[in-house]
Amino acid sequence: MSRAPQTMFEKVWDQHQVVAETVDTPAVLYIDLHLIHEVTSPQAFSVLRARGLPVRRTDLTLATMDHSTPTRTEQVFGGAPITIDSAAKQVRELEKNCAAFGVELFGLRSAQRGVVHIIGPDLGITQPGKTVVCGDSHTSTHGAVGALAFGIGTTEVGHVLATQCLLQRKPKTFAINVSGQLRPGVTAKDLILGIIGKIGVSGGTGHVLEYRGETIRSLEMDGRLTVCNMSIEAGARAGMIAPDETTYAYLSGRPRAPQGADWERALERWQQLPTDAGAKFDKEVDIDGASLEPMITYGTHPGMVVAITGAIPTKKGDPAFDKSLAYMGFEAGEPIKDQVVNVVFVGSCTNGRLSDLRSAASILRGHKVAKGVQMLVVPGSQQVKKQAEAEGLDKVFIEAGAEWRESGCSMCLGMNGDLVSKGQYSVSTSNRNFEGRQGVGARTLLASPLTAAACAIRGRITDPRELMNG
Amino acid sequence: MEPIKVLRSRTVVLPMSNIDTDQIIPARFLTTTTREGLGQNLFADWRYDAQGAPLPEFALNRSEAQGCQILVAGRNIGCGSSREHAPWALLDYGIQAVISTEIADIFRNNSLKNGLLPVVVDENTSRWLIEHPGAEVSIDLESTTLVLPGGQRVKFPLEAFSRYCLMNGVDELGFLLERMTEIEAYEQRIQS
Repeated sequence: MSRAPQTMFEKVWDQHQVVAETVDTPAVLYIDLHLIHEVTSPQAFSVLRARGLPVRRTDLTLATMDHSTPTRTEQVFGGAPITIDSAAKQVRELEKNCAAFGVELFGLRSAQRGVVHIIGPDLGITQPGKTVVCGDSHTSTHGAVGALAFGIGTTEVGHVLATQCLLQRKPKTFAINVSGQLRPGVTAKDLILGIIGKIGVSGGTGHVLEYRGETIRSLEMDGRLTVCNMSIEAGARAGMIAPDETTYAYLSGRPRAPQGADWERALERWQQLPTDAGAKFDKEVDIDGASLEPMITYGTHPGMVVAITGAIPTKKGDPAFDKSLAYMGFEAGEPIKDQVVNVVFVGSCTNGRLSDLRSAASILRGHKVAKGVQMLVVPGSQQVKKQAEAEGLDKVFIEAGAEWRESGCSMCLGMNGDLVSKGQYSVSTSNRNFEGRQGVGARTLLASPLTAAACAIRGRITDPRELMNG
Repeated sequence: MEPIKVLRSRTVVLPMSNIDTDQIIPARFLTTTTREGLGQNLFADWRYDAQGAPLPEFALNRSEAQGCQILVAGRNIGCGSSREHAPWALLDYGIQAVISTEIADIFRNNSLKNGLLPVVVDENTSRWLIEHPGAEVSIDLESTTLVLPGGQRVKFPLEAFSRYCLMNGVDELGFLLERMTEIEAYEQRIQS
């Protein structure tokens, strides 16, 4: 039987429809992996309690704590109290809920704890063809292995806990075709910032993105995870990249990836996933990867982005644009380069992986963080921290004058008290430069780990290529 | 959830585009384990000064905005974080509907699940609403129309099942639990 060519998204969608959608009702979609954390789960557990419901599939549910957790070693391991009482309560609440409902939890001192979107791929529990959800918009990250992964709200966290399913309308598809080789100093982060700059912060609304083309194929897994992570910053429901040899080599041997004969069977299934030749997307855009430069944001959403060699644009008669520049303290038309930097943050679910830390360290090695600049390096997980320390990266950061912390979301959103002060300029490898995201009045500029490290050394916005060897 | 058929109210207007959920409810207020009480911190960084005093120029703080249940916002409201605390905060404050030309996906879903009506309108309607804060409008779910003060009716899209749930106070979890036979059958099918 021949069937119409399908996109990868449509294949995964079809395989997970418990009940197909109709005009009157959405599809009942089965969820293969439900990741939970302390911020968006307490109210969902309360619903289960109120209705006397168990967690239906504890074997498909995994919990970690990352947003509200401290990053100071003495607070994680030394018994020093968590500074914010409500954060401490939230952490205890997750411990209590996981114990009561039988959900596996990577607790505060677990060697496997980390940012939820770092540990999923790292464990090999995020796999091609799976449906993955979490009460967190950056769940799109997991699409990098060919999973259909998206963020949900707390009510839906409750639905998945109770039934392992969600009610969903089928989103549309959007192909992002990227060609050309990225130049030296241009990373996956610059690529996704460039894509968001082109399609806009709501360009992906209602769609699942599929990143395609030679540039995507040439990215290592960590870079693909960075790209998919920021799909939500373009408003997309999810972002996906077809699995290939890079994906299989990455997953092979990971603790929760299939082993032995199961691996062979899984591989056979995964190889059927990529979009069929001739499949139609609802929308397409072409991106020239070779023309990209290191990118940096200048405004208060990730679509307000320029090449680091560029100038802040001028937009006449747009009050939102003017308000944004006023918040940032920038003038239209001035170069972004050489603007003052007060804080540098390397970390987050966007750029907190081992290769990101290597990348930042490659620039910092033998240099010092500029006087008056605070640099915080926060590994994405305790495993990443351990691996980085085994390579001596921690020493590079500490010798340069940066702070080396325990893993967590940290300064990406400052829920744990790792904050940027009012009016300060922060070059951050995270994903959102919204007003107040890193602290009340904080001014965030999003960039790659290479750029962030270069900015830390000079204390000014700096093109990392000026500090790269060779 | 209480059934909703018609919502009639004056509007309060925040004309800026891309109002993200970090503005609706900043992250520092998310260390709560309940859904109540978030309204006092709705738009906290736009609403209060550093000492916590209300900023008189902010739309929600104006005397004529008191009691308004419908928020008119610029394009792409609710972008960013998936925090359901955003609709919880709006509802707790007293906002029952959000009107914009574009509403971000996760925020729209979260709103529907809590009885906060997401109403997407065309550019012209949006411009008129932005230029006329305090206009008395009504949102009719039966006909999925927004009725403007002059009686002009503007259709808006609303997914059929969400509309049914809103109008009948149907709880989606209950609906899913009734699909347990199909869910079990699916699990058996994928295991074999």
